[in-house]
Amino acid sequence: MKSKVIVFPGSNCDLDAYHLLKDVLNYRVEYIYFNQKKINNCDLIILPGGFTYGDYLRSGAIARFSPVMDAVIDFAERGGLVLGICNGFQVLTEAGLLPGALYRNNHLHFRCEKIYLRIENNSSPYTMAARKGDILKIPVAHGDGNYYADPRTLEKMERNNQILFRYCDSEGNISNEANPNGSLSNIAGICNKKGNVAGMMPHPERAGETLLGSTDGLVIFRSIFKSLEKGRIER
Amino acid sequence: MNKNAWRELGLSDKEYQMIVEQVGREPNLTELNMYSVMWSEHCSYKHSRTSLNLFPTSGPRVIQGPGENAGVVDLGDGWAVVFKIESHNHPSAIEPYQGAATGVGGILRDIFTMGAQPVAFLNSLRFGDLEDPRVRYLFDGAVAGIGGYGNCVGIPTVAGEIYFDPCYSNNPLVNAMCVGVMPKHRLVLGKACGIGNLVVLAGAQTGRDGIHGVTFASEELSNESEEKRPAVQVGDPFLGKLLMDATLEAIEKGLVCGVQDFGGAGLTCALTETAYRAGTGIEVDLDQVPLREQGMKPYEILTSESQERMLMIVDPGKLKELEAVFQRWELSLAVIGKVIEGGKVIARYRKEVVVDVPAESVAGGSPAYEPESREPGYYKILAQHDLSLIPPPDDYGKALQGLLSAPDIASKEWAWRRYDYSVRTSTVQGPGGDAAVVRLRETGKALALAVDGNGTLTYLDPYAGGMMAVAEATRNLCCVGAEPIGITDCLNFGNPEKPEIFWQFKQAVKGMAEACRALDIPVVGGNVSFYNEVEGEAIYPTPVVGAVGLLDNPEKTCNIAFSRVGDLVCLLGASNVSLGGSQYLKTYCHQVAGRLADIDLEFEKKLQVLLRILITEELIVSAHDLSDGGLSVALAESCIAGNSGAEIELNNQVSPILQLFGEGPSRIIISFKPGNKDKVIKLSESSSIPLLFLGEVCGDALIIKSDGDIILKLSLGTMKEAYEEVFSCIMR
Repeated sequence: MKSKVIVFPGSNCDLDAYHLLKDVLNYRVEYIYFNQKKINNCDLIILPGGFTYGDYLRSGAIARFSPVMDAVIDFAERGGLVLGICNGFQVLTEAGLLPGALYRNNHLHFRCEKIYLRIENNSSPYTMAARKGDILKIPVAHGDGNYYADPRTLEKMERNNQILFRYCDSEGNISNEANPNGSLSNIAGICNKKGNVAGMMPHPERAGETLLGSTDGLVIFRSIFKSLEKGRIER
Repeated sequence: MNKNAWRELGLSDKEYQMIVEQVGREPNLTELNMYSVMWSEHCSYKHSRTSLNLFPTSGPRVIQGPGENAGVVDLGDGWAVVFKIESHNHPSAIEPYQGAATGVGGILRDIFTMGAQPVAFLNSLRFGDLEDPRVRYLFDGAVAGIGGYGNCVGIPTVAGEIYFDPCYSNNPLVNAMCVGVMPKHRLVLGKACGIGNLVVLAGAQTGRDGIHGVTFASEELSNESEEKRPAVQVGDPFLGKLLMDATLEAIEKGLVCGVQDFGGAGLTCALTETAYRAGTGIEVDLDQVPLREQGMKPYEILTSESQERMLMIVDPGKLKELEAVFQRWELSLAVIGKVIEGGKVIARYRKEVVVDVPAESVAGGSPAYEPESREPGYYKILAQHDLSLIPPPDDYGKALQGLLSAPDIASKEWAWRRYDYSVRTSTVQGPGGDAAVVRLRETGKALALAVDGNGTLTYLDPYAGGMMAVAEATRNLCCVGAEPIGITDCLNFGNPEKPEIFWQFKQAVKGMAEACRALDIPVVGGNVSFYNEVEGEAIYPTPVVGAVGLLDNPEKTCNIAFSRVGDLVCLLGASNVSLGGSQYLKTYCHQVAGRLADIDLEFEKKLQVLLRILITEELIVSAHDLSDGGLSVALAESCIAGNSGAEIELNNQVSPILQLFGEGPSRIIISFKPGNKDKVIKLSESSSIPLLFLGEVCGDALIIKSDGDIILKLSLGTMKEAYEEVFSCIMR
């Protein structure tokens, strides 16, 4: 698996994604800078977390104009796997690769904590190594993670099975108490209609080592690996 | 020159005479402004230098002691740790968000300026009574500002402490610490070396913000302080992050010979300090400084404290390559001058020489004062306060419940979950424990980090309080199994020109220095913040210690949690406690009084060594330092952290109130599996450290018995509610 981690000005989880892929999972990974116009030889693109351009205007709103984004969009349109984590998710919604938007957390504070996610769909390339209903313990760390989509869009997303994860409690119950930011119907992660582009607010790259308290994030990267292998066999 | 000119700039008549002598003529107004900022207390430490000489600053691991941007300590394996703590109290009293944010930004630059990759932030905060809406505004704003800057630059905020007392109402304390690591050979100092080398400015444009910020920080706050709002700078963490990445890349590629960040006193400080340290001079053209607004006067350009700026000393042959590094992040550089012989800083503005002063005089020529010192009247009176009259509580359970919800003790999660503490995927233990643990990916080892200070104790006994601050910070490192290797200190006091305040300062420094010597730990940098007074009312003397420890194996560490049913619970260490200065006295009698329990530094040292052995040999499961609230609070915290109850039996020799709520140094609660009992006893005996069996981890309530009767029983749920929900209620 050959992956690329995009580095925008202000990205700060680029190192974490790179480290997980390379040192923990032994996958091949390279950084791609925001001003590069081409992305070659790649199976997976990760848009990492951070504060691109300081998020001074609106999270992800400036980064989506970076030269590299044309190549990302092109890659996605050709069916390539693109995963946006946290700020990367915000960039993908701003770029129109994913539906909906991420508002300021409903309590107005930045929130860093370990939360629980429930796998809602295990047919996507990002979740296929998990079972539906599995509960993952993964950290969140964001100020603008309050997912919103208009009712029609949401209905379509539900119908197309585009909700990947919802915030839940340790038992898997979806509740207001388990929702760290006010997201619409506890949505923590989604994918596009085709399923190849995904975004999530929690940080799976921070849940990859026992020493750091959880390895539950690994299933997402193992899913990606599995889906690529499967794709190769089918081809 | 008119007398009022220097007096208005905060210089005394005698200081002005010294300047005339050192320059060899009367300075012009621009030069006088430079002296004003550099000879301010904040930059020159003129009232504290003599006392600070007491600190031990060297040791086998020390690579760089005080005097540079930050201290540097050897970690072994070719790596070094770089750290420093600094105050941003005055700006935060006026504009808490930006005051705290730029405090974080400033200390961040101090670390990467040396060539180190920042890996962690810590902070120590003091505010007034939260009943006061303005205090809540200051608290909320400072927490948001710390998160706002730290989260954006992507460096985790891993530990801290927060206390509340009316003495901090209008003068909050915001102390920020940053820790970085680097390969030893990468160290770069703030020196303008190499005659003919270029003086290059990187980062933000220079504006009128923060002019005379340091002189503002060197006087008491008053009603007019609001008018000094322009002396507070505004931070741009996005630019701070780009500047950090570009500077570190430039240093790694060997493109710079010297680096200095712009902190207090702006360009003046950067130019004169780098030249002074190298024994060279600098010639600059102020017209080359990129400005944010037109019409800035030379003195404004020279004293502006606009944030996110760096000064670099560059070989002319490497300028192109340096520009390319900064260009990657769309940052431009400005060559503003060059290094010259002769030790003078010369500045031109519109072709005219407007400054021509010896760097040594501006940066190092200020007088050192030894102000008068006098024991304050309160000291003996409060020490004689009769503690035997304190009534025991009607209900021990209710008393503990009340302490758990006291803002000084209650969980600070409301604050720290607003900080990203897990970015950089290295935080093995984050906020909420005795010390944070941050692994070093490059060496497989880990850093332990803690910040501690106790204004109440230091007020009651500055000498003992100083010792206890050092002892507690280093003890906390040992509670996670680490060996303390260096400290940085932030000394927050009132107006040193008042003899009673200076007495507090001298006593506290003496106590800290003595503890450092006894525990064999060097002070490698720090900061003094005087004039923390509003309308003549000083804060409690508040020395804060930031401690750094080395942990060989991050897998062999400890936290505070009682996590396994059946484990034995013991009190390790001193038995000596007092209700003097205790949280019990503060919360239930609304008094700050009494004698503190004595501290024995030799005993402390033996205890710290023993604790590290118990942890590295994996004999104990939890370790928790006893501090605010004493044994009862520590037991409750360990229960809450581990989601387990415990059954404890007190001894009969001492009254339950003293055993449960008395406070004293050198005491730790440990828990371990019964199978390790003999080994733990043997090691404690061979270290001559008392080990008192208290009970065991069990059930879902904390049950405390005295003489066979249950005197306290609180369910986990009750304790959690008291401990965890205070701030979300108060700050709603």
